[in-house]
Amino acid sequence: MADMFAFAEVRGGALRSVAAEAVTAARQAADATGGGTVTALLIGAPGIAASAEKLGAHGADVVVVVEHAALERYSPEVHAATAAAQIRAAAPRAAFFAASAEGRDLAPRVAAALGVSLASDVTSFTIDGDAVVVRHPVFTGKAIATLRLAGTPALVSLRPGAVEPAEAARTARVESAAPAADPGAARVVVRELVDRGGATLDLGEAKTIVAGGRGLRAAENFALVEALAEAFGDAAVGATRAVTDDGWRPATDQIGQTGRVVSPQLYVAVGISGAIQHLAGMRTARTIVAINRDKDAPIFKLADYGIVGDLFEIVPRLTEEVRKAKGKA
Amino acid sequence: MKIAVCIKRVPDTEMRFSIAADGKSLDQAGLKYDMSDFDGYAVEVALRLNEKQGPGEVVVVAVGPDGVQETLRKAISMGAERGVQLKADAVPFDGMAIAAALAAELKDGGYDLILFGRQSTDSANGSVGPMTAQMLGLPCVSAISELEITGGRGVAHRELEGVAEVVEFPLPAVLTIDEGIARPRLPSLKGIMAAKKKTLDVRPAQLGEARLTVEKLELPAERAAGRIVGEGADAVPELVRLLQTEAKVL
Repeated sequence: MADMFAFAEVRGGALRSVAAEAVTAARQAADATGGGTVTALLIGAPGIAASAEKLGAHGADVVVVVEHAALERYSPEVHAATAAAQIRAAAPRAAFFAASAEGRDLAPRVAAALGVSLASDVTSFTIDGDAVVVRHPVFTGKAIATLRLAGTPALVSLRPGAVEPAEAARTARVESAAPAADPGAARVVVRELVDRGGATLDLGEAKTIVAGGRGLRAAENFALVEALAEAFGDAAVGATRAVTDDGWRPATDQIGQTGRVVSPQLYVAVGISGAIQHLAGMRTARTIVAINRDKDAPIFKLADYGIVGDLFEIVPRLTEEVRKAKGKA
Repeated sequence: MKIAVCIKRVPDTEMRFSIAADGKSLDQAGLKYDMSDFDGYAVEVALRLNEKQGPGEVVVVAVGPDGVQETLRKAISMGAERGVQLKADAVPFDGMAIAAALAAELKDGGYDLILFGRQSTDSANGSVGPMTAQMLGLPCVSAISELEITGGRGVAHRELEGVAEVVEFPLPAVLTIDEGIARPRLPSLKGIMAAKKKTLDVRPAQLGEARLTVEKLELPAERAAGRIVGEGADAVPELVRLLQTEAKVL
């Protein structure tokens, strides 16, 4: 039996989907050792405690809630000090974070504060005696490393989408705690969040991604991609680097080696030839569909299903059929 | 300003590569090395800050075997004043082990800024910058896409999912640099000539304990051979059927 810890990421006063993934991972890790206590940490502005119940639904036994008016947004130093203090108090075998933008900033700080090591951006893990064994994509996704992480607690950050949130319902005991550092004295302060436009549903969290490439020929033709994404209902829109470099889409939509790395259930590549730099960002998608004019395009080697032909005919038809399948038409 | 830039020498994996017989490293045959992509942006940011804000010093630091001297010389030929090799037989995979060596080197250096690339292109952990900051007790902003420094304070932008954070911090600070902030310059001929005369110090790396180690390295499983469902819009109903019944994603 080993206890586990999960950091529950919050934005805009609500849990992010990666919070459920971290708690699910902690629950699975605890169960793999014959069951242990899962403690989740929830930090936010007053009112965030209302989200504790949801963490219980995914398997948290204890939710430590830290509410403070100055913690509406991520405060790197306060979050790190508080997470380190709570991990020290809970003394888990392993602590799970999301390898999201926030988690990638937070987890290494916590590791250094605790003097323990961190396995980053992990796609799967197993508990192996005193160690945690993880898989982690390296060399821009062109190889996979199996890593052994020794020491307790072992810190792990999980690639968003790598763990499917699961129900493991229990009524979590809620404990409130104070921040471990004075939010008013933080040196690094997030002054504001600026909306970058682009994807309304985050790429890292979408179950389906419809991505467009140069084959769309012009920025306005992304309307076809957006319509298809809307037909799926739970989809985000992504783009290749060529497209974001040309300003057809915001830079934050870029999927690839130098953009976002995503692992959705379904990836639909529209007018994308499949440059290595793009494939590095989406090759771990569960199902890949490619629509391209060129039957020899590299994307077809990776795609589970391909249609060769004119995307301007195929995509509207696909949008219509997906709407029907979803009972929307 | 006195700026340190921590850079890493990584295998160039744009080229074909294979796994070595030990099953946990790359076959060295024909392998080329270069500065990790994001580190080039960090060097460029440092050079531009000092070009804009008056005289200063840019010091580049790398952990590793003697091969890293080539990478340090490249940064020096871009315009950095000097380099420091923290000599080690190999670069550990564990970010904590690397951060310990960097923190020991940088702690009394009097740096206004310590820059890193957002993550290396080989081990892709993105952890050494924030870990080093924590060990040095310095403020840290990671993965920044915009930067302004005025009067001992900085404002940076960090891209999150769909939004950007505007972050304020005091100097000295540790920053990790995302792509796109400033395209790295190419070393000039003059820079390459001048680099030969600049100092490159070699000291043993005081690495921390490596608790994260590579057990196995493998190429990703080839996806099952893809299937062309058909040509043109007429293939769409069959695709939708497969997505529903076979892939079960619709």
